[in-house]
Amino acid sequence: MEIQSCVTILNEWDIVAARQLGRNVAKELGFGTVDQARITTAISELARNIYLYAGQGQLCIDRLNEQGKTGLRIIAVDEGPGIPDIRKVMEDGFSTSGGLGAGLPGVRRLMDDFNIDSNPGEGTDIRATKWLR
Amino acid sequence: MYNEIISHIKNRKTEIIEEWIDRVKEAADERMISVVSEQVFQGTSYEFVDLILLNLDENNSEYKSKLEMFSEKIVRLGWPITFVVSGLRTFTHVVHDDLIQEKKISKDREGEYLEFLDNWLAPLSNEIIHTYASTWEKTVSLQKIALQELSAPLIPVVEHISIMPLVGTIDTERAKLIMENLLEGVVSHRAEVVLIDITGVPVVDTMVAHHVIQAAEAVHLVGARCMLVGIRPEIAQTIVNLGIDLNKFITTSTLRKGMEKALEMTNRKIVELEEVN
Repeated sequence: MEIQSCVTILNEWDIVAARQLGRNVAKELGFGTVDQARITTAISELARNIYLYAGQGQLCIDRLNEQGKTGLRIIAVDEGPGIPDIRKVMEDGFSTSGGLGAGLPGVRRLMDDFNIDSNPGEGTDIRATKWLR
Repeated sequence: MYNEIISHIKNRKTEIIEEWIDRVKEAADERMISVVSEQVFQGTSYEFVDLILLNLDENNSEYKSKLEMFSEKIVRLGWPITFVVSGLRTFTHVVHDDLIQEKKISKDREGEYLEFLDNWLAPLSNEIIHTYASTWEKTVSLQKIALQELSAPLIPVVEHISIMPLVGTIDTERAKLIMENLLEGVVSHRAEVVLIDITGVPVVDTMVAHHVIQAAEAVHLVGARCMLVGIRPEIAQTIVNLGIDLNKFITTSTLRKGMEKALEMTNRKIVELEEVN
């Protein structure tokens, strides 16, 4: 069973909208305040990446229910320039925009499952899941 | 054709309005009906028909100001624009159907009348859409200004100590303002210690952290020290998860603890007065 809701990311305020959506869903599913903060922060990072690097894209929130486990999955999809070297962006401190370079590796640590798919020139698809314990 | 329609609408005003309200209600979704109260709905419908009749009387200046007032009223009521526009279209059809029903027009001229009604109501709906758009634009720009006003003040609390309370989301524009106000304030207040309070910041991601770190480094350059206060437990955990290094900062969980520490750093402390008898 999956229920999906999405936010189209076009400008900085859409990041806030995506975050709000994520927080509401997380609250509904029964995540605690710490996990809520983790989820919203992860959404913030992924949505900002779309805004900064791809210009536009979509951020969706999935409610998961698999084998009695409840979870929340963030799906960030864009058709931007893509990531040439995925291993590199997953390293701490690597940034092409002068930022801290903690975004993607940070998201991996904030969430339970993390999967990234990207082809240069075609776009990026990132999925990150947090399970309710 | 003009006068015919005017007199027809005037004569059958109540019937037309009732039919119109019924049809609009049928078309509108549940949510809309629960928002709009019956009374307001009916009152507005009558007002609208009066307005249309005024349009027909061709008293232009009065009509224009009334139309503006009406549009603004609708915007204030908070009705969705799609609802209003489709309502206008429905009105055209109701009048047309009523004309046919009352046998005021012959079969072969039906199309002609419909076109006439359409042409006559088009500028009206354009005006309403225009007012809608400009009202929203005005609201948005006002809110932007209002948001900027409460952006990032630096408050000198005691000598050499200033506080910058941050509330709400930090975007790039605000981050710039924070930096400017911080540096200007530190110099003009001659602050030695600045406390940045993030109790009211809902999400601290790498972008926010990056801006705060940069601001602190800049403060350091102008000869003051920066403290990060109001770090809630869940924010502390996400900062650690993200792997953000805030070791260069003095950080505290609450503004109060930060204040005590800042006084300590400037060789002062708060003492209770002994009671004087």
